[in-house]
Formats: sequence, structure tokens, C-alpha cells
Amino acid sequence: MDFLRGLLSVTMETSASFLPRESLDTLLEAIRRGGFTRVLGPVARHGAITYTSIASADDLPKGLRDRQAPGQYRLEPEEGERRFAWANGPQALKPLTFAPRETLWRCELDDNGQLSFLDVDLAPTPTAVFGVRACDLAALRIQERHFLKLPYPDPHYAARRESLFLVAVHCSHPADTCFCASTGDGPRAEAGYDLAMSELDHGFVVTAGTERGRGVLSLLNLSPASPDECAQADGEIEAAAAAQTRSLPSRNLKDALYARLEHPHWDQVGRRCLSCGNCTAVCPTCFCHAEQDEPALTGSSSEHLRQWDSCFTAVHSYMGHFLVREETRLRYRQWLTHKLASWHEQYGRSGCVGCGRCIAWCPVGIDITAEVSALLESGDAQS
Amino acid sequence: MAVQNRNQTDALDRLNDRSNPRPRIAVHKFSSCDGCQLAFINAGEALLELAQLVDIVHFAEAGPMDPDAAVDLAFVEGSISTPDEAERIRKVRASSRYLVSLGACATSGGLQALRNFNADGAKGWTEAIYAQPAFIDSLDTATPVAEHVKVDLELWGCPVNARQVFQALRQLLFGVAPVVDKDKLCVECKRQQHVCVLVAKGEPCMGPVTHTGCGALCPAFGRDCYACFGPAENPNTAALARRFEGLGLMPEAVARRFHFINSHAPAFRSEWLAWKQGS
Repeated sequence: MDFLRGLLSVTMETSASFLPRESLDTLLEAIRRGGFTRVLGPVARHGAITYTSIASADDLPKGLRDRQAPGQYRLEPEEGERRFAWANGPQALKPLTFAPRETLWRCELDDNGQLSFLDVDLAPTPTAVFGVRACDLAALRIQERHFLKLPYPDPHYAARRESLFLVAVHCSHPADTCFCASTGDGPRAEAGYDLAMSELDHGFVVTAGTERGRGVLSLLNLSPASPDECAQADGEIEAAAAAQTRSLPSRNLKDALYARLEHPHWDQVGRRCLSCGNCTAVCPTCFCHAEQDEPALTGSSSEHLRQWDSCFTAVHSYMGHFLVREETRLRYRQWLTHKLASWHEQYGRSGCVGCGRCIAWCPVGIDITAEVSALLESGDAQS
Repeated sequence: MAVQNRNQTDALDRLNDRSNPRPRIAVHKFSSCDGCQLAFINAGEALLELAQLVDIVHFAEAGPMDPDAAVDLAFVEGSISTPDEAERIRKVRASSRYLVSLGACATSGGLQALRNFNADGAKGWTEAIYAQPAFIDSLDTATPVAEHVKVDLELWGCPVNARQVFQALRQLLFGVAPVVDKDKLCVECKRQQHVCVLVAKGEPCMGPVTHTGCGALCPAFGRDCYACFGPAENPNTAALARRFEGLGLMPEAVARRFHFINSHAPAFRSEWLAWKQGS
């Protein structure tokens, strides 16, 4: 395995180019010329890194890093000129592919009492996203498995996914809440990107992951990255993995969690949990949604909507005339055991990519890694 | 989620009766600021559409006056705060097939329910404010409509959201029981991708215990929710209150977060009491 990784690394290094820091705008311009008229990038806004339309590299954060802790997120000044000296913000790719609210179809009633069902136009603007993290790409692959699974791929998701050009930036500044190294999903972006970059003090080591990524790079006439630059980039990624302090004890906790479904710790976490759904909203792999109809007041037309839902809401477990999961402890247990246990049965891996968002954006700072430890460390699983 | 009872089903059938295409509607006012009735008056074109669909037989603020008329659907704004109102709400209930309480005053007692925590009710305030308090005939409490008569549907908010009111109305006209989203505000706030003001700024945001419906208005402007839509389903007020203390609020300040527009709602009342005693 190490041998293979070494080979990959050599391949990447030999094809890596170097983009001087002051030429970042030429890359943005090349992407726009490639047909991606909307370019989104990380922007420091309302106290967090959010993905917003950018006109030029000047819009990217500069000299900022994120300090994350359970229930807390702050942007703070950081020495230097780096644009990507932070780990992540509350959202990245999920809202771009799995829309928080969208119309799936419309229905109209004509004067003769006939109903007609109308498709909505699926023509998303070709969009490039700058500064995507390895955890987000791993989450994207998981959501693709869910939404694009044959024989019923979701056309809305598919259209938006196909409209994206993804520029990954390998992580060099993990937050205290990050644990992607333990889930195997970062900090190096391994797949799913069109371009991947490592940020160094004076510029970027850039590699292409797709033909269209190579096409964009070919417009720039960049020099190859030097062996020193490649080594420094790799070194920063390795250091980012080593700097992570949180972890999950295993990439497959299915049996361990199934053996603890009646563990008293669920009650303990249920007393702290607000069942507010923030963890599921920021989780890049959570895909639960609810559908509802919004008829016009006249009663002659109606929109069928899909919007983000959460296993922490009451209606999520409403069946017939009762709630399956009325108590908070059951809602938390549902989330954790789906994410880390039954996900394996559905998608062949855990649903956690180690981004740490559920830890930072939980208003009361419930820490998935700490809860798992508490569940596993107790001696008697069923007491 | 409520199981429909016979009265409710009757009212729904009547509203959906093709031989009676124009259900009769009333909008009643009790102790309130009139702001929730503006959901109708400010609706513009939708109000004209509504007038095509129903007969609005009583709506004092908009013109039609017939408070005793029998109606299919009554909207009630305001809390029950005077002896006269306690009597009048019974008449409204008796003459209405389906009754919807509209807004914080009608659903939880509203801001004026702060008097419920005074040993002498409104007496001290009345004497301090009015030149001739003898003319003021108030109950010691301001209470929600549902504490006096059976309410078929509650629409929370200070004020209510017009979109929510018209959606419920449309569903009633279709003859189905309206579904009211009782999730926490956070669910909607995150759909709109506002940055969490509690996590990113340390603001004591009430969103995690508050009933959705406003469209996450305050967080959209970078400020903390103050729970004008009342408690959500399954609110963990104790855990949120502890978090507020962790953010640096003194016990008295924590108590006040629950002691505002919906102070009389049981979940907020008990949390206020717990922190009031500790302060």
C-alpha cells in the first residue's frame, strides 16, 4: 500500500505545476474562460468562512485562520499572506449539490378540472468552487452514492453535480475539531477534484485530476513545480495530519455501537442535546429531506418542494399517528448509529469524514469523538 | 399530528363542501396590538384572492362588522385579559366551526402575560400608569385562548407569518388539517445558510428551543433569536440555559431570555422560574 502511495505521489509530483501567488487571478480567469461563469470561493463573512461568489483572488481570506472548539468558531488574524490558512466553515459543497430547499415539480389545475404535472427547469449555472477540502470531496463521493445510485439517480442532484468544477486545496491548517486523518478522508484531497493545490508561502503547487482540469492548466503556461516545492507541500499535508488531536477509534464501529444500543450514555447525551438539528445540517454527508406541497391560495397550482430535514426533528420519525423517536436520546442514537454503523450496510463505509463540523456548530458543543469514546470505554456494554 | 376529532372533521367537510363554495370567515380581536391581523391586511393581492374564495363576515379592522355571526372558520388574535373577553371568547367558540388562534397573545398570552407573575396581577401597574384606574377592568392574568375554549389550530409568532397563515387557510379550504412545522428555528436557519450567531459570535440565541415559522429573520441580520414564536416541540431549555451561562450570562440574564413574549408558555415559564430562583 505504501509502495502504491509512493508511486502515486511520484506521478503527481512529476505532473505538478507551480502557480505564483500573484498569478492566482489568471487561474480564476482560465476557469471562467472554460465556461464556468460563476466562481465561488471561501470568503470571510459574518464571522466564518462561507462559500460565496468571488470576482478575484482579493475576495479570498487573507491572514485569517479559524479557531474551532466544541460549540465555538472564531476567525482570528494569522501572520502571512496565505489565503487558505484555515480548515473549514459551516458549509461547503453540500448546499451546492443537495439544495436546502427546491421545487421538484409543479402541478396546475385548468378550467376543465384537469391536472397537469410540470417538470422544473434543470439548468444550473456552470460553477467553479475554489478551495474545496479533502473532507468535502470525500463527503461528495458519499452523497453521490446516495443520490446518483442506479436505477433511480436524482436528476436535480445530477444536474447540479455535473455543473461543478472543483478546485481542491489540500489542508495545511487543521482546526482542533478536525479528525479526517482518523477517518481516512484527509487532509490530502485524493480524488474527485478537477484541480488540486497546495498553498506555499510564495504560491501554489497545482495538479490536475481530470482532463478538463488539465485543459485549464494548459492555458496558463506554468512552470513545473520544483522537487523542493513538492516536498514542502507534502510535508505540510503530513504535518496537518499529525497535528490532529481528535480521532474516532475505528473506521468501522458498526458492531461496537450495535452492541450498545441500550447503553446508559444515550440518556446522558440526551440531557445535553438540544435536538436542534444543527449537526445534521452542517454534516456534509447527511442527506435526509422532507417533501411537502405548497399550493397557491387560489388552489389552482401547487409546488412540490424538497427541503433539508433532520433525524432530530419530530416529524422525521412520525409514522401513521405516533412518533417513533419522541425522546432526544433516541434521536441522537438514531443519528450516531446511522452515521457510524448502519451507514456501512447502506454505502459500504462510515458516513463520517472527520470534518468536525458537528462538533464546532453544535450550540452546546457535543463532541462526536468524545461521545463515541464514552460509549466504548464503559466496561459493561448493556448495563 | 393531532388526531382529528369529530368537530374538526365536520368543519373541514363544510369548508370543502362544493355546494357551499364560499365558507364564512371571521377575524376576532382580543387583547393584542392588532399586528397579527396585518397578516391579512398587508397581504395585498392575496387578500383580494381570499375575498374571491370566502365571505369575510367579521373583520373589524378591515371593515366588516358582525361579531356574533356564525362562521365556518374564526381567526382569533389576542389574549384573554378582561372579564368581558373571557365571556366573549365563549360566544366566538360557540358560533365557529373551526377556531384558529393567531399569534403569540392568542397562543401563549403574549407580552401582557408578564402580569401573571405578579402577586397582584395588573393592579400595581394599572395604578402606576392610569390617571383613573377605577375604569380599568382587567383580569389578574392574560392567558391564551386555549385555556378558555377548545382551539383547533394554533399559529404562533409575534407577529404571525403571513405565508404560514395563508398556507394553513389554503389547506383548510382543501378540507385537510393544516400541518404546522414545529421544528426548532435552527433547522430553517441552516437551510438559509446563515452563520450561527451563537457559535460564531457567542450570542445567547434562542433558536435551538424556538418554534420555527418566522423564516429565521433575526439570524439573517446577524442577531440572536428572542423566541417570539414560542417553544418548539421537545425543547431542551435547561441545556440551552446552561450554555447561556457558559457564554457569560448571569443567572438573572439567563432567566430573562425565557421571560419575554411567550413567558406564559410552560416550557419557558419553568426555565425562567428555575433561573429566577437561582439568581
